[in-house]
Amino acid sequence: MQHVRRSPEEIAANRARYEEHQRKGLEFAPKALPAPSPLPAPPVDAVRVVHQEVIPGGWYWSTRIKRGETLRIAQQQGFSTVTLVAWNAAETSERLNLPDTVKMQWTTALSKGRVIFSDMGRVMFSVIEDSSGAHDCLMGGSTATSNLTKYGEGTRNTRDNLVLLATKAGLERRDIPAALSLFAPVRVDQDGKFQWRPELRHEGDYIELRAEMEIIVGLSNCPHPLDPNPDYRPNPVTVTRIAATEPCVDDLCRTATAEAVRGFENNALAAI
Amino acid sequence: MTTFIQTASSRTLANVAQDHAIAAEAPFSTIIRKGQTLRIEDSYGQQAIDTLFYNAEDHSERYSSQDTMREHGAAYITTGTRIVSNEGRVMLTMSADSCGRHDTSAGACSCESNTVRFGHGTKYLHACRDNFVLEVSKHGMSKRDVVPNINFFMNVPIEPSGEMTIVDGISAPGDYVELKAEMDVLLVISNCPQINNPCNGFDPTPIRVLVWDGEA
Repeated sequence: MQHVRRSPEEIAANRARYEEHQRKGLEFAPKALPAPSPLPAPPVDAVRVVHQEVIPGGWYWSTRIKRGETLRIAQQQGFSTVTLVAWNAAETSERLNLPDTVKMQWTTALSKGRVIFSDMGRVMFSVIEDSSGAHDCLMGGSTATSNLTKYGEGTRNTRDNLVLLATKAGLERRDIPAALSLFAPVRVDQDGKFQWRPELRHEGDYIELRAEMEIIVGLSNCPHPLDPNPDYRPNPVTVTRIAATEPCVDDLCRTATAEAVRGFENNALAAI
Repeated sequence: MTTFIQTASSRTLANVAQDHAIAAEAPFSTIIRKGQTLRIEDSYGQQAIDTLFYNAEDHSERYSSQDTMREHGAAYITTGTRIVSNEGRVMLTMSADSCGRHDTSAGACSCESNTVRFGHGTKYLHACRDNFVLEVSKHGMSKRDVVPNINFFMNVPIEPSGEMTIVDGISAPGDYVELKAEMDVLLVISNCPQINNPCNGFDPTPIRVLVWDGEA
């Protein structure tokens, strides 16, 4: 099939525009982000606790959260990886989109000040606190097969947990998006090979995600497929729903990057 | 554009089972039967080819980037990579790769994500997710079924720090990947129309898809 090339001028103009976005995304944005949240995690004022759930090792939990509420996920009972999926509660065809989340923010390393996007260019969560910064946006969670290979028979896995929680929310297995593994210190080497980097973990790590729309969130508390521990011993994890607050005008997650600003403009437009 | 590059004596233009010319920016779909070999050719070079696979008999089983990356142990896919479904089954195996760099982390472009990445002025540009939605709708599916895809010939280096960016593709005219089907699959392609980043050299071009029957 024949092709008539675009003009060199048009190509050069589009390239220049891209390189400007790229320079801001790779150089300026990381400088605008704060250090990880200090440890230990500060206590949550009891009057602000909407609900607290302790998810046993190997299990799952799902809840609806209101816009402005915060979900704190804390490693109070030892290390565990918590895998997260999410849907817009009002329109579940809109859901967590990790490829968009990582490419739009020029990084696979989520940390305090970053945001988590849906497939519709809107912000689902703001990462308002995070002591860790060691999360896996690429590989997802365990499956029956990956657990069988690693531990033998009889262990619970993330894929089945996600099927269960999605189904109980009235969704189907085809609605399960690529999943975000919190507290999974996964990075790539220069060749793109995945590495487990335990030195990125800290005792008592926690993350706080502020919901930026009404959300159905699902969590699975199972060891990550790359976790080198040969014994299946996931610890319980404590999840706290914290009452809604209205972010201030200079809110970190709303202002840290040009991409987040435009994402929140899309949220505002959808809320009219 | 380059002429046909032969990779096996049994696979020639004379005995091809399917030969499709796909226009720049266009969607495409076809069925690949178990045992057949699929070739996706980047005819002009530097063209991202957004690709999804579904089990032809049960579309709720489909390509899973996360299962594929977990089984492969790396973020980039190449010869030998098994293309794995959300049910953990091998759908196809990559049997040849003349390029050496393909992405499955960065997903498909969309009108909505363009607004976030490149400004609200880029909303009304044709995008891969619209291609995918139109094409899967022909097979009874919807946006819910458009999952994270493979971007053949798209160059998205990820640094050990997590830093990630789209850079110029390294594919030359005629570069190809070949995949052997391990089950009957529905192939869905968006020949990427993006002009706001280098994934298509800022100039989306036509591609070619060929399918051969398995060796007897």
